[in-house]
Amino acid sequence: MEALKPGTPAPEFTLSSTPDQKVSLSEFLGRRVILVFYPADWSPVCGDQLALYNELRQEFADLDASILAISVDGIWCHLALSADRKYHFTLLSDFEPKGATAKAYGVYREKEGVSERALFVLDTKGVIRWSYVSPVGVNPGADGILKALEKIPTGE
Amino acid sequence: MEEATLLTLPVGDRDHVQGDAGAILTLLEYGDYQCPHCGAAYPIVKAIQRQFGGNLKFVFRNFPLKNVHPQAELAAEAAEAAGAQGCFWEMHDAIFEHQSRLGEPFLLELAGKLKLDTHRFAADLAAGAFRKRVEADFMSGVRSGVNGTPGFFIEGVKYEESWDFDTLSEVLEGILEGA
Repeated sequence: MEALKPGTPAPEFTLSSTPDQKVSLSEFLGRRVILVFYPADWSPVCGDQLALYNELRQEFADLDASILAISVDGIWCHLALSADRKYHFTLLSDFEPKGATAKAYGVYREKEGVSERALFVLDTKGVIRWSYVSPVGVNPGADGILKALEKIPTGE
Repeated sequence: MEEATLLTLPVGDRDHVQGDAGAILTLLEYGDYQCPHCGAAYPIVKAIQRQFGGNLKFVFRNFPLKNVHPQAELAAEAAEAAGAQGCFWEMHDAIFEHQSRLGEPFLLELAGKLKLDTHRFAADLAAGAFRKRVEADFMSGVRSGVNGTPGFFIEGVKYEESWDFDTLSEVLEGILEGA
């Protein structure tokens, strides 16, 4: 399975953000989006990675980008993690059918049943401008995301 | 990102540097005063400094993860405020040696113990006088690929191996021998 490449339109998805709310990617048309696929809630590397993005909300907002983090964990698990870590961005649940969104982006690990640790930066039209798959145990940081966002011309 | 990750903001006048300016080796840490891993790294860094003596200088930059560690930002600003009065490292050490007591009352108590001008120190904290400085440290770390704390750089290259004493000391020794 290969991650979708820059230039590809980002596949639409509708995933739960809370027990009674869903979020669709198309709601974000007109804004840039950072998609953060991560293997699992509560695993130490994910925690650090998301904690870092949590600190960078203002920098991402200054670059007109919204951040959506996606894993196969259930919504109650997400809510508990989010409350514990004081995340101020949305965690989406790629839970049923399990991993369907990760599969659509080419970042699902069949054997383990979780997604890769993968990043996608989408422009305002919903086209992938940058993607990166990190070794699963390695926190990719944020410098790649910031650089990718800065490379996109203003307004796109 | 496969190649070595480099420090984007070189060590310079703005930095807090401990040790001989002409030292061959430079160890830099991006750290968070409330992070337990940084607390664990603190005595290891001290031991490394003792081991390498005049051959090593150590630089500390702030990388507070404020949502996870609500006391980290104020502690970072306190170390900077002490630094403005010539006591950065004294405050840095005192904070790491009493990590569990962090918070404004304790920081003010430390300022008193270090014989700082406590009025100025308190006023600097209240005004957020060093918030921008801490933020600049943090962003320089983000830009250099720091993804958590402690984040070490040796000779301006991100250090990806374990920071236990033996590994760190072996790597530094290797560089020293090649120098």
